[in-house]
Amino acid sequence: MSAEHAAAQQGVTSGEYIAHHLTYFNSIGGKQQAIIDWSVINYDSVFFSIALAVIASLVMWLVARRASAGIPGRVQGAVEMLVEMVIDQTKGVIHSAESRKFVAPLGLTIFIWVFLMNAMDFLPVDLLPNIWRGIYGAAGHDAHHAYLRAVPTADINITMGMSLTVLLICLYYNVKIKGIGGWAHELVTAPFGTSKNPVVAVILGFVNFAMQLIEFVSKTISHGMRLFGNMFAGELLFMLIALMGAAWTGANVPSVLFFIGDLVAALAWAIFHILVVALQAFIFMMLTLVYIGQAHEGH
Amino acid sequence: MNLNATLIAQVVVFLIFVLFTKKFVWPPIVKALDERADKIKEGLTAADKAKTDLVLAEKRVGEELRKARESAANVRGSAEKQAAGIVEEARAEAAKIVADARKAAESEAQTVLQRVKEDLRGQVAALAVAGAEQILRREIDAKAHAELLANLKQELN
Repeated sequence: MSAEHAAAQQGVTSGEYIAHHLTYFNSIGGKQQAIIDWSVINYDSVFFSIALAVIASLVMWLVARRASAGIPGRVQGAVEMLVEMVIDQTKGVIHSAESRKFVAPLGLTIFIWVFLMNAMDFLPVDLLPNIWRGIYGAAGHDAHHAYLRAVPTADINITMGMSLTVLLICLYYNVKIKGIGGWAHELVTAPFGTSKNPVVAVILGFVNFAMQLIEFVSKTISHGMRLFGNMFAGELLFMLIALMGAAWTGANVPSVLFFIGDLVAALAWAIFHILVVALQAFIFMMLTLVYIGQAHEGH
Repeated sequence: MNLNATLIAQVVVFLIFVLFTKKFVWPPIVKALDERADKIKEGLTAADKAKTDLVLAEKRVGEELRKARESAANVRGSAEKQAAGIVEEARAEAAKIVADARKAAESEAQTVLQRVKEDLRGQVAALAVAGAEQILRREIDAKAHAELLANLKQELN
């Protein structure tokens, strides 16, 4: 008996289940049709992103407020380990001590925040949506339209928002370190250099500028898309695994096998996902540091 | 995969979060870390210093011990010398006393001998005079011959 069949018996097909789970709780109450629509906002992503930021800020702030040079407690020790890790990584990439005063806290923020947002994947895939369905229904709305996505980093708006911010910071440092003139000069002379022949120099200038544009765009897009892709795929796989459990039709052999398969697969994927969650958070932070480091160096 | 205003919201939240971390979280933690590093450095320096001090103190103790031993040896040496001196002095004094005593005894003996000799001489002279009187009863007048007898006595000395 297929998962689809089983789900269908409960009134929802697998496709509908997945589609429902992939729909945001947004300001238009359904799936966004246009690829880009600035009038729409995903409440769920913004809510969880802000909530996790607030929790992380509070914990770190409490630790920081009571931080002492004496023997640290466990929480302080954990935060200190993260801080030391970020300081080490930042020192390796950015050689300006002045810039590190901003970039190192930036790295810490990114790592902790992205880690927490990724870690939302560890909650059972139906937990928050079902709770939300209850609240939404109790509030007098149609529970079938209670959409909720709990993993902010599986929303491309969140990841691209962060990578765009990183791009802005890179541009800021490009101007700050090299000056407007120096940076403009670099834009038309790197990576292919220039020529003494004015015609060739102009052509090379266009080519260089195009390359620089491509570089910035591709860095930013790959930065955001990498995190989004990993987390989206992770979330989707959790949904697919959950479908096995949804194939329950009673105490019969296929149902029990599906149930066991669900448990085993979900456990295995969750354990593997611990690695993905931490690794993607670290990669996002490292790439941020590397890009800002590149903004400090001439080609 | 649709872009919308969430992106802009995220940019704003991100910047606020970063500034919060930079302003309120980062400085105290880094300060605590630096202070702890300083403390540890100080502790290590103090430990090193204590070690050096201990070595110095041990050296000084050794030095003091050596000095004390030396001075004890000196005291003993001088005491022995002094004792030897005292013994020597006493011996010399004793020898002197003995010599004096011997001298005194000798001189006394000499005096006694002299007196005895004198007595004997007197008696011999008297005997000689008596003998001569017996022989020359009549001829010899003691008064007239006193000078002669005195000369005789003198020769017997």
